[in-house]
Parts: sequence; C-alpha cells; structure tokens
Amino acid sequence: MTDSVPATPDDSMLVRIRGLTTVLGGKTIFSDLDLDIPRGKITAIMGPSGTGKTTLLKHITGQMRADAGEIVVDGLNVAELSREKLYKLREGIGYLFQNSALLTDFDVFENVAFPLRQHTQLPEVLIRNLVLLKLQAVGLRGAAALMPSELSGGMARRVALARAIVFDPMLILYDEPFVGLDPVALNQVLKLIRTLNQTLGITSVLVAHELAAIRQIAQHVFLIANGKVVAQGDPKTIADDGSPWTRQFFGGEADGPVPFQYPAGDYAQALGFAGAAK
Amino acid sequence: MNQRISQDNNVVIQSLTQIGNCGLFLLTLLVAVPRSLRYIRETIRQLWFVGAMSLTIIMVCGLFVGMVLMLQLYHVLSIFGGTSASGMVVALSVYRELGPVVTALLFAGRAGTSITAEIGLMRATDQIDAMELMAVDPIAYVATPRFLAGLIAMPLLTCVFCAMAILGGHLVGVTWLGIDNGTFWSNMTAQVDLHTDIVNGVLFKSLAFGAVVSLIAVFQGFATPPTSEGVARATTRTVVASSIAILALDFVLTAFLM
Ligand SMILES: Nc1ncnc2c1ncn2[C@@H]1O[C@H](COP(=O)(O)OP(=O)(O)O)[C@@H](O)[C@H]1O
Ligand SMILES: [Mg+2]
Repeated sequence: MTDSVPATPDDSMLVRIRGLTTVLGGKTIFSDLDLDIPRGKITAIMGPSGTGKTTLLKHITGQMRADAGEIVVDGLNVAELSREKLYKLREGIGYLFQNSALLTDFDVFENVAFPLRQHTQLPEVLIRNLVLLKLQAVGLRGAAALMPSELSGGMARRVALARAIVFDPMLILYDEPFVGLDPVALNQVLKLIRTLNQTLGITSVLVAHELAAIRQIAQHVFLIANGKVVAQGDPKTIADDGSPWTRQFFGGEADGPVPFQYPAGDYAQALGFAGAAK
Repeated sequence: MNQRISQDNNVVIQSLTQIGNCGLFLLTLLVAVPRSLRYIRETIRQLWFVGAMSLTIIMVCGLFVGMVLMLQLYHVLSIFGGTSASGMVVALSVYRELGPVVTALLFAGRAGTSITAEIGLMRATDQIDAMELMAVDPIAYVATPRFLAGLIAMPLLTCVFCAMAILGGHLVGVTWLGIDNGTFWSNMTAQVDLHTDIVNGVLFKSLAFGAVVSLIAVFQGFATPPTSEGVARATTRTVVASSIAILALDFVLTAFLM
C-alpha cells in the first residue's frame, strides 16, 4: 500500500486531479488544473482543439507524466505506480481512440479477443462466448470475420468499443467518439455509451465537441481552455452561465477569449508598411 | 567553408546519436526477451512471415548468383587449365562471402523495410498506444518477436541461398559446360572446411547480420515520427543503414574470423 495515496475521504470520485501542470515542447498545456470525475456518471470534457483534452486522458492512463500535480485513479496515485501495477490499473480502464486503433493483423473477432488472450487463460469456448456477447452488444456479431480494413468508420469505432469493454472496465475514456460519424452511426454510438453507463454502471469520460449529444447523456461537463477549467456544470444550463468562454464556445462566436488569429507579429509590418506600424 | 564543416559535423553527430540510441534500444529489446517468451506464438508468426516472405527472392537470387559465378570462374580458370576446381571455388566464395552478405542485403530490402513500415504505421494509427492501454507491453509483443524472428530466419535463409547457388553452379558447370560431375563434388567436399567455412562463414556471419538488420529495422520503426512522411523516410533509412552495416561488419568479421 506504499504507493497509494491516503484514502481520500470523498470516495465518490473515481478520478481526482489536483494542481496538474504540464509543459510540452515549451508550451504550457495545463497550469494548476483541478478536476474530479464522479463514479458511475458520464462526465464530458470540452474545449477548443489543441487545449490538451487527449493529453488529459493520457495523464489519467499514465501514458504521459505531468510536470507537477497528482492524479489519483481509484485511490492510486498514477505517477507513483510501478509498471506492473500501472498495467493492472489499465486492465480496469477502457480507452476508445479517435481513430479506433484496431490491430490491422487480426479480424474483428480476434481484435475483441485480444485483451482476453493476453491476460487470461480462459478456454476457447468461453473466449468465444464472451467476444460474441460483446459484439452482439455493439450490434456487430455478424461482422466477426471481417478485417479492420473492411469496416466503415462507425463500425470500426463500435468494434473498438467492444474491445474496450471486453474486461468490463470500471472506467471508459472516449476520445472524440462522434467525429466523422453520420447521424445514424452517431446515435448508435451515443446510445451505446448511455447503455454501458446505465446498465453496467461504468464511469465514463467523454471528450467531444457535440453539445447536443452531450446534453442528452452527460451529467456534468467541464470546459477547458488555456490550461484551466474555465467553466463547469450541468450540460443543460452551462451554455447560459454568461461567461465569455461559454458564450464563445457554445454561442459560436468566431472571436472571443479563444482568439481567431494564431499569435503573430504585427500585421501592417508583415505586409511591408513598416512605417504604419509605428 | 565553415558552414560546410559545421554541417558535416551535424551529420556526424546525428549519425552517432542514432547509433547510440540504437544501442540503447538493443538493450531494451534484450531486457524484454524474458517477458516476450509469453508471446512465443507471435515470434513464430513473425518468423513464418519474414521467412516465407523472403524465401522466393532468396532462392531465385541464389540460383542466379551461383550460375553467373560458375560462368565467370570457368572462363578464368580455363586459362590455367584448372576448370575442375571451379565447383570448389563457387562453394567457397558462396559460403564465406556471397551467401551471408547477399542474403542479408536481400533480407534488408525485403523483410527489413516491411518491418519498419509496419511498425511505423502501427504507431501512426495508435495501435502501439492501444496495446499499452490494454496492458500489453509493445516492446515485448511487437519489437522483440520481430527481432528474434530476423535473428533466426537469417541463418536459415542463408543456407537456402547457398544450396541454391551451388545448384546454379552445378547447372552451369556440369550440365552446360561439361565439367565432370564426380570432379565437381569431390573437389568441393575435399576443400570445404566445416569450421572455417560453414560455422564461421555461413552460421556466424549470418547470425551477426540477422541481428544487425532486424535491430535496425525494428529501431527505425519505433524511432521515426509516426506520420506518413516519417514512415517513408524510416523505410529508406533501414535499407541504407543496413547495407552499410552489413558490408562494414563483413569486413571486420572476415578479418577476425578467417
Ligand atoms: N508529445 C508531444 N510533444 C509536444 N507537444 C505535444 C505532444 N503531444 C501533444 N502536444 C501538444 O499539446 C497540445 C494539446 O494536444 P492534445 O491533447 O492532442 O489536444 P486536444 O486533444 O485537446 O485537441 C497540442 O498543441 C499539441 O501540439
Ligand atoms: Mg485530441
């Protein structure tokens, strides 16, 4: 128990992030960020592209180390875990990649069976039944023999989801699961995320830009920008909290606290009107 | 002039850094060998993959190398009236030099490039990250099995190459140019030494080349930026670096072993 943090008084939070500070390539991604993910709920994380939402998920899984601050997942301080313990923790975390990340060497069935084959000695019959169960849950039992290259984007993401839940994880991290999906596929994935949360009680963290979808399923939303949480609350009401951040992000204004212009030198000077810049 | 020197320096420093990183990577690979024993099936799958993939090209090239070698030797040796020795000379040059070296060069072009490209693409499509997250160590599951497969495949492929080369030599020498069949074989068996020619020549060299080529191929796959441009460059670098390493190492090994 040496590498776990003293039991937190508030056990209702599965993930606790305190004072997270990260600098990547000279750029400050997070500065002193605090964020809690409650157990058994769907928590959405929103923010402009490049704010570090993916980086935040990578901190939770221990793929990336922070420069300061602590991340506690299920009572374990991720940064202090040994490799074996980190891998043990990861068996309880499902991660859905934006581009599915299916193993191209294997067909759909073997992709979903992969974690089982790596970490268990289950008899073949049991593996088969478990995999077919998960594939049935995402509606793709009939596609078991297809190769990843034969799947559409929405199907690949559902297979990846089946793989992520094959161990019945306590936590699933979804990185932009709706990008590039047509409305039908989007609704299918949306429904799956909700079902997994409601029927199995899996804590879900959802990084997404689709406010309408988030309103339907998430209980809490964090808006991250400039390395901090700039707004948070109920997704149904967060858009009306009146801060300039939410106004720009949900109101769709082109310019605001998130600048339209990438930082650049003086415009007049760049055009050759050096005198005018003075 | 100064500019040029500093540029050259840069290239030298970059190459040395790469060699250093490659050495460190070799340590990582070797440390992961016990862990990768769990994935023995993956090693066998890779062995089948790199071996079967290179088999045709190795066989065809071996045949032609043996044929052309015999043609040249027959021509030269006939000046001294020593054509009966040509079978033996074909065998010696194939065992000691051409077999291991040409096999390794072909292997780098055929299997090495595809190992590099495959790993690079796996990284570009987050497959390596996905393994990490499924608590499967990518070094033990992806890198070490491919390295070991290359190490095991190279001596086997070299043997196939040598056999095909001697067959090619026999074809041209005996069937076409009319060297006596008995002379061809008896000269060869009398002069080929098991220790110097087969163990040090074929086996030792090919093991060393197998280690170097598959190390470079796997390293380039893991070290390159995971983009399409990065993968393309890494594939080229695998061929260039492997070829230089094979020929340089061949010189060193020949000097010390024979
Ligand atoms: N390994 C890295 N080295 C340097 N910069 C990185 C690295 N990974 C991500 N970044 C930078 O961190 C920022 C946040 O990236 P990311 O977490 O992918 O953003 P998001 O998912 O919110 O769009 C980006 O500006 C990206 O360029
Ligand atoms: Mg992202």
